[in-house]
Amino acid sequence: MSSARNSGRALPRAGHALAWALVTPALGWTLLFFVLPFIAMGFSSLTAHEGGGFTLTNYSQFFTNPSYWQAMVNSLQVTAIVTVVSVLLAYPFAWILAEQVPERWQRLALMLAVLPFWTSYVVRSYSWLLVLAQNGVINRALTGSGLISEPLQLANTRLATVIGFVHFFVMLLTLTIFANLKQLSPSYRKAAADLGAGPVRTFLHVILPLTLPGIMVGAFLTFVLCIGDYITPQILGGNNELLMPQLVMMQIGRRGDFPLASALSIILMAVVTIAYLACARWLKIERA
Amino acid sequence: MSSKSASGNPLSILKRHLHAACAATALLLGAGNLAQAADLNALIWCDHSDPALLQPFEEANNVKVNVKEFEGTGAGLAIVEQSQPGDWDVMVIDSIDVPRGVEKGLFEPLPEDKLPLADIFPQVKMDGSTVVGGKRYGITEKFGYNTIGFNKTKVDPADMQSLASLTSDKYKGKVAIYDYYLPVIGMAALAIGKKTAELTEADLPALKEELLKMKANAKLVGEVTASQTALATGEVDILVGGGEWVTAGLAKENPALDFSIPKEGAVLWSQSLAMFKDSKNKDLALKFIQYIMSPEGQARLATSSCYWGMPANTKAALTDDQKKVLRFDEQPDFLARAQAYPAPNADLDKKMQDMWTEMLQAK
Repeated sequence: MSSARNSGRALPRAGHALAWALVTPALGWTLLFFVLPFIAMGFSSLTAHEGGGFTLTNYSQFFTNPSYWQAMVNSLQVTAIVTVVSVLLAYPFAWILAEQVPERWQRLALMLAVLPFWTSYVVRSYSWLLVLAQNGVINRALTGSGLISEPLQLANTRLATVIGFVHFFVMLLTLTIFANLKQLSPSYRKAAADLGAGPVRTFLHVILPLTLPGIMVGAFLTFVLCIGDYITPQILGGNNELLMPQLVMMQIGRRGDFPLASALSIILMAVVTIAYLACARWLKIERA
Repeated sequence: MSSKSASGNPLSILKRHLHAACAATALLLGAGNLAQAADLNALIWCDHSDPALLQPFEEANNVKVNVKEFEGTGAGLAIVEQSQPGDWDVMVIDSIDVPRGVEKGLFEPLPEDKLPLADIFPQVKMDGSTVVGGKRYGITEKFGYNTIGFNKTKVDPADMQSLASLTSDKYKGKVAIYDYYLPVIGMAALAIGKKTAELTEADLPALKEELLKMKANAKLVGEVTASQTALATGEVDILVGGGEWVTAGLAKENPALDFSIPKEGAVLWSQSLAMFKDSKNKDLALKFIQYIMSPEGQARLATSSCYWGMPANTKAALTDDQKKVLRFDEQPDFLARAQAYPAPNADLDKKMQDMWTEMLQAK
């Protein structure tokens, strides 16, 4: 009896040890490359740029300087537009890929979908600059065909930044939604049809709710990557409005004001955390 | 005094330890090229990474020059702060920022008798910044002007002789602004008749008004590559803050690009070389500085693939064509009308940067 009890205890203990052994590298990695740098940034954000010492000035600057606020507003607006546009474009792409493209071509189609990931941010952004510039492909086509007499201001605008971002993120979202769609059992559709639902109703009441987790995961990834990106707005936006990452970089360049840059980064991370919590909570409510 | 009190502060101590940990990681991950102790390790701007500049020195001395590029004094000093003493031998730095490095105890005095100081354009020696406490800590190696770069086939070159053109309706939407607040604020100061060396907080409202007028005319505010690309591709016809460093390198491909020193003047930029106090290769570091300051080194640096600029040494071994592009013969006149970078104290510097941020956000 007692030996049986012992062996019963030994088994979970061994299981726990194995679990810890498997998890430890990941925990170590997270600790080394996320938690420690984050703590360093947190401490840095609480120190004065000149002379050191504890201060909340770096945070108060953000809340009292309208230009800094504006950078956050710009970032949120651009990120929201990019996320919504990317979702709206990605869903049909994913749907076509999953439902319309024959299985044997899907692999090739997926490879084409990930092609933008093979190019660096910088090259991609400068390529878009050449497309959108005054003498770029679009303006030349429009002026050459006589549709417009004067070139449009496309480059160095918020529109250019959004286009650059959407080009990249729409494929990221397509992949996550595609994966979700492929996991759906065909029996859901059959059941809906048996119950008299047409294709639109089946989509709205069955397919869409079941693919929401994929959409939300993709949208959250888009949100995180977009709000923290420096290169695309820097190259395509022409610095005509500042986003948060650019504001952070400005503090470092000449003045080396790492405490203020840290505070701004932490505020940016707080926004991302709020977005994550809202996303997670919303998904939980939907599931309930 | 302030540094002493900061050194005892627990937050500062923790920050220093964390910086050291980050530095160790950074060195392991990114600076594997520091492995050979006999090599020369240089913190540089991109013009010094040109193989055409470094190779002759490496071959002559049988050494390897390891370079790490940075942008902005703040970023450069942060790299030094996060490194171990002795990791770096020489540094390129804005001449006006040499005292910042000296205050931090980073630099070694340079032996004036071993440097070609007599051959340097007198106006760019900038002893007010490069000499601290009677000792020389930096030597100007290259200079130029933040002024007006333009396409002479698209604008009236006569208009480019006045800073007022930058805010006139005639060139609305044809202008790019170089994205570095100090020189462009310096140009705004010249436009409103202020001396760059005498700017105070009281001048900020007038400067802001001038900057906002420039911004209203501008299509973009871009860093070096973006602003140069905009001018080269015809996206804009005028670059505020761009001088020979933008147009000279593109002269062969696009001879229509030029720069002017308007009647109000231009802002003189100047970069210096400094040697680190903790360098383990001081002899080699001095040799490197001497090479860069030699006529041959100066010519190579002036025409570096990253950007062109005037060599500080009047005897630089430039070809006639190169001199023509750099407008070498006109330098005495240009220098007479140029004013130095604004050199604000920390408080005014912060206010200027905030003003710049506000300008960037303006519609």
